[in-house]
Amino acid sequence: MALIFFYAPLDADQGFIQKIFYVHVPMAIVALAGFVVAGVLAAIHLRTRDEVWDYRSYVTIHISVIFGVGVLATGAIWAKASWGKWWVWDEPTLVSFLIVVLLYATYYPLRYSIEDPGRRARYASVFAITAGAFVPVNFAAVRLAQSLVHPRVFATASGGMPGEMWLTFLVSLLGISLLYLTLVRLELTAKHARGRLKRLRKLLEAEPPAGPAATPLTTVPARPTYE
Amino acid sequence: MRAALAIARKDLLVELRTKESVPAMALFAVTTFVIFHFGLNRNRLEGELAAGVLWVTLLFAAILGINRLFVAEREQAGFDGLLMAPIERNSLLAAKAAALLVYLIALELIALPVFALFFIDSGFWHALPRLAAVTLLADIGLAVVGAMLASIAVHTRARDLLLPILLLPLTVPAMIAAAAATKPLLSVPFDTGGVGKWLVVLALYDAVFGLLAYALFDFLMED
Repeated sequence: MALIFFYAPLDADQGFIQKIFYVHVPMAIVALAGFVVAGVLAAIHLRTRDEVWDYRSYVTIHISVIFGVGVLATGAIWAKASWGKWWVWDEPTLVSFLIVVLLYATYYPLRYSIEDPGRRARYASVFAITAGAFVPVNFAAVRLAQSLVHPRVFATASGGMPGEMWLTFLVSLLGISLLYLTLVRLELTAKHARGRLKRLRKLLEAEPPAGPAATPLTTVPARPTYE
Repeated sequence: MRAALAIARKDLLVELRTKESVPAMALFAVTTFVIFHFGLNRNRLEGELAAGVLWVTLLFAAILGINRLFVAEREQAGFDGLLMAPIERNSLLAAKAAALLVYLIALELIALPVFALFFIDSGFWHALPRLAAVTLLADIGLAVVGAMLASIAVHTRARDLLLPILLLPLTVPAMIAAAAATKPLLSVPFDTGGVGKWLVVLALYDAVFGLLAYALFDFLMED
């Protein structure tokens, strides 16, 4: 954070607002990488039939979608500041990203509308693999569609940004990646705990004489379980 | 392969007897053209507007047919029969994609002439051979992706609600390519520039998603 605000030089052209770049771009990279990784995890699930991999794929997509919405929001702010519009259609990266986020948003209704856990895991995995492969195809297609001349920050190799900016950018990338991993782990732990709680509760309910020990548990508000 | 042919034949025969999907798709397409006429307030279309109207209409009409693709299998326990039969699962995918492809071609045999009649002034005959190639390649992609997603959607609670929202984002690359290839063909100074490139993109799309569907379909048909 300190690097972003004090170390990296101000962009000559865009000034202070350019600093959103250090949040926006790493987040986009991490979210897209997350989508592709989710596809790989889903493939492992189909191969091993271990439901743990399905959960990993699910949580990866979940966090990536959240990041993706964040990317769209920060991107819109940046676009408003530097191009004067909240949304522009002639920027392929923007459009591709929107399509990818829309596609992954359908992962949730798909997942929640299949009841059988085994089938849900398999279908979700098939979707995750298809969508994971779709990400690069989509980016290629959208980019082809627009013969644009837009400044690509990375296209000009390292010449585009001074060293301080690169360093700050890489640190941000690392930071965002770590944040992502932490969130994924947290969510996985939460899911695991919730699953165990559900199983325990079922076990308790299955016991015919409901002892006094069972009563405090029933006061726990029933939360939606995604198991 | 023989099983796939048999299933596809069965589907087409059922369609021929009940006339359920294709007439509805064609009617939908024609009505949509009329609505576009009023929505855009234009009597003649050309260039990218023509390409857009054509492809949006065809895509939405295709969704109607895709929704119906597995309905008989679900309602009459056809899945159980097919799963018990000693055939490869992928032959079901191939059969459904082939049946859908035939539906789409039948749809376009009706929708394209009507489109030309409504909106195109001249030059449609010049464009037709190349337009047919674009349409065929786009249809193959739609058929494969549609058959695969329909087999996913049919097993969910939301069914025909889920299919369009799954299908539309996935078909965006194909639609970009198809519309971009159609645009110069329907421009008023008839043009073929760039059509070849977009045909290659469409073919690549078909290949990528065909392979994906082939590799993944087994997992959709396990129980």
